[in-house]
Amino acid sequence: MTTSVDLERPASPAAFRPIGAVRKSKNLVATVLVYLSFAIAVVPLVWVLYTVLEKGLGPVLNADWWGNSLNGLTATQFGGGAYHAIYGTLVQGVVCALISVPIGVLVAIYLVEYGARSRMAKTTTFMVDILTGVPSIVAGLFIYALWITTFGFTRSAFAVSLSLVLLMVPVVIRTTEEMLRIVPMELREASYALGVPKWKTIVKIVIPTALSGIVTGVMLGLARVMGETAPLLILVGYAPFINYDIFSGEMASLPLLMNTERATGTEAGDMRVWGAALTLVVIIMLFNLIAAIVSRLSAIKTK
Amino acid sequence: MAKRIDVKDLNIYYGKFQAVDGVTLSVPPRSVTAFIGPSGCGKSTVLRSLNRMHEVTPGASCDGKVLLDGEDIYASTVDPVSVRRTIGMVFQRPNPFPTMSIKDNVVAGLRLAGTKNKKELNEVAERSLRGANLWAEVKDRLDKPGGGLSGGQQQRLCIARAIAVQPDVLLMDEPCSALDPISTLAIEDLITELKQQYTIVIVTHNMQQAARVSDQTAFFNLAGVGQPGRLVEVDGTEKIFSNPTQKATEDYISGRFG
Amino acid sequence: MVRPGDRIFRSLTSGAGVFIVVLIAAIGIFLLLRAIPSLQRDNVNFLLSRDWVTSDPANLRFGIIDLLWVTVATSVVALVLATPVALGIALFLTQYAPRKLARSLAYVVDLLAAVPSIIFGLWGIQVLAPQLLPFAEWLNEYLGWIPIFALGNVSTGGGGNIFISGVVLAVMILPIITAVSREIFERTPTAHVEGALALGATKWEVVRTTVLPFGKAGFISAAMLGLGRALGETIALTTILSATDAQPNYTIFDGGATFASRIALGSAEFNDNLTVGAYIAAGLVLFLITFAVNALARTVVAGKKEYA
Repeated sequence: MTTSVDLERPASPAAFRPIGAVRKSKNLVATVLVYLSFAIAVVPLVWVLYTVLEKGLGPVLNADWWGNSLNGLTATQFGGGAYHAIYGTLVQGVVCALISVPIGVLVAIYLVEYGARSRMAKTTTFMVDILTGVPSIVAGLFIYALWITTFGFTRSAFAVSLSLVLLMVPVVIRTTEEMLRIVPMELREASYALGVPKWKTIVKIVIPTALSGIVTGVMLGLARVMGETAPLLILVGYAPFINYDIFSGEMASLPLLMNTERATGTEAGDMRVWGAALTLVVIIMLFNLIAAIVSRLSAIKTK
Repeated sequence: MAKRIDVKDLNIYYGKFQAVDGVTLSVPPRSVTAFIGPSGCGKSTVLRSLNRMHEVTPGASCDGKVLLDGEDIYASTVDPVSVRRTIGMVFQRPNPFPTMSIKDNVVAGLRLAGTKNKKELNEVAERSLRGANLWAEVKDRLDKPGGGLSGGQQQRLCIARAIAVQPDVLLMDEPCSALDPISTLAIEDLITELKQQYTIVIVTHNMQQAARVSDQTAFFNLAGVGQPGRLVEVDGTEKIFSNPTQKATEDYISGRFG
Repeated sequence: MVRPGDRIFRSLTSGAGVFIVVLIAAIGIFLLLRAIPSLQRDNVNFLLSRDWVTSDPANLRFGIIDLLWVTVATSVVALVLATPVALGIALFLTQYAPRKLARSLAYVVDLLAAVPSIIFGLWGIQVLAPQLLPFAEWLNEYLGWIPIFALGNVSTGGGGNIFISGVVLAVMILPIITAVSREIFERTPTAHVEGALALGATKWEVVRTTVLPFGKAGFISAAMLGLGRALGETIALTTILSATDAQPNYTIFDGGATFASRIALGSAEFNDNLTVGAYIAAGLVLFLITFAVNALARTVVAGKKEYA
């Protein structure tokens, strides 16, 4: 062992053991590969966003896009707009959020404030994880089997919202849970010490402190569900005109519009597809951005 | 192959905050130098700058010179990896690699350096474990995970791991603070043996330990709250503990503060 | 004494917890209930048949063997492509990238997850597939002697095959694999990293001796979570894959349908409960597969968390 070291020595500054060329090059190769992986992830992101922007900017910049529907237009006719689909996407998302937020927040409160380390809480946590992994098409099928086949309702935007609830609830639970956990214990104890009951402490002290985190979760959840297509295919038909009624009739949404128009194979259809794609991306990015801003503001507050 | 260390005007920073101010001292070869002082006075920081471990902390930097037998370890041509290969380190908490067996832990450094010869690895493992006074206790379970040992054994395993690569200098950052008195004694004996071959620098909170094992003692102190730590005085251990030059040293040693 | 307010609030939140558990059970039960009548009237073997004829409720012929092949093949291709890259990205973000930048760079990867899958599908078939065509043809021509690279049951030129689907899926599952492994790698104990550094390990050697052994189990389960996503992806594959009735050649240039894309394609004929039941049966199989994959992945991660 000593000999091998001594042999290497004269080649380098006397004081330090040199590192072999093999080790150095392995380290270099690993570094290059690691940096390269990140670059590989950026390529499709930029490429997809560029594609959407390049193909979608034209139709979206047309004034008709935001104020008209596609009512009465054939697949080959240019013009028309997507406001009926934008309405559908937003209203289905909002209705979904109205149902998901109370459920999600209550489950998170249960897990953090009441469940502690009980068996039931562990099971719930596990099931939330499973719910996160349920494919959206399965969520759609489940609502179909429950809402339409079993209860006998018709396909509607509301059924879509119900299926989206399954996808949004785990997101709300996770983010709310995380925020509730970082609310300092002292805050709760201070409130108990004043004789405030536990439920009031949670409602008046804990939730307001964690509110920004909850809002972040809702925004991220909305961003996730509004891009969904699969359950929509099963649960509501596409209408090229505006329909305000979420409980009956066909209703458009941006993903459904894209899916319908892509089948036309016409130039006009193609423009509508990418225009809707750009509109959808902008809406989703907007919600993501709000989430990022809210969480950053709250991050400062907790430190 | 023990080497000497000379530190000249060393300043250490974390971001914009200066943690250590103007340290100058020399560590002679084949001797034990102890760093003592109150918490937060920068003694561990100085120790970690001796093998460029402190720069692992984000934002940490330093200026001044640290010379190993006259070579500046911070020279731009010097690779920090080769510095650490030459100047080994033992940490406050024993940190054997949990996924490796006892033997693999000891020869981890050699494996990294490219030694593949099984016979040689076995020899080095035995020699290092003997050197760390651990051989007798583990020779029958070399293939068991290192995490299964007691705290004191784990720390000796880490020392064996550090000396297996035959460093020129061994830095020890409060190596006994997580150990019981008997394990502490075993490590102290080991330090005394190791100084026949190595230059050793040890940070310790325990003044009796400094008095027992070191030849030279350096006392660090804070200039004030929010001020950088600095070296108050460095001298022979006997001189420091019996007749220190500085009032602050005397106060600290006699237990009046810290 | 428990205050009524506390009792009500407690029951309300616990009830919500129970609701989640019941919900998962309900998904399984309702799918099963609705699948059974159709399965009973299935004139071919559900597991082994290649048929999918459901338009006539009086003569149902549906089996999942081809769906299984395409579903598994697309997911495996995606996994093979995505795991090494995700490993690299997770290491980059936790070990290599400057700390100050790491958070913003991680956000860039997360943005991939925000792109709706229908857009990935359209991009995949319209933009990516033509660009990858020369490579696909090269694989066909020079590596075609390896069975999985041979000509498939749809034309390679169209791009509606397992290969293109796998590439697009790989992009789509990168964020989840990266995010989970990043979280695990970040927890590598500093003591181990410093131990390796003090032995004179290079950056890569530190990663190899500390980060990778520590994060191995977590990375595997991250990959499985990615697999779960890939198995259930619907609209991107509906958009990309060319439909065909031809016998698969078991190559990555086959077309066809996955469980999810078959259901999506069939949604137009959802008017008879028996017809729908056939699709629900396929959905049930998909649910069970993803349940198993996710449960396994979560168990591994949960065990790892307690260990750390």
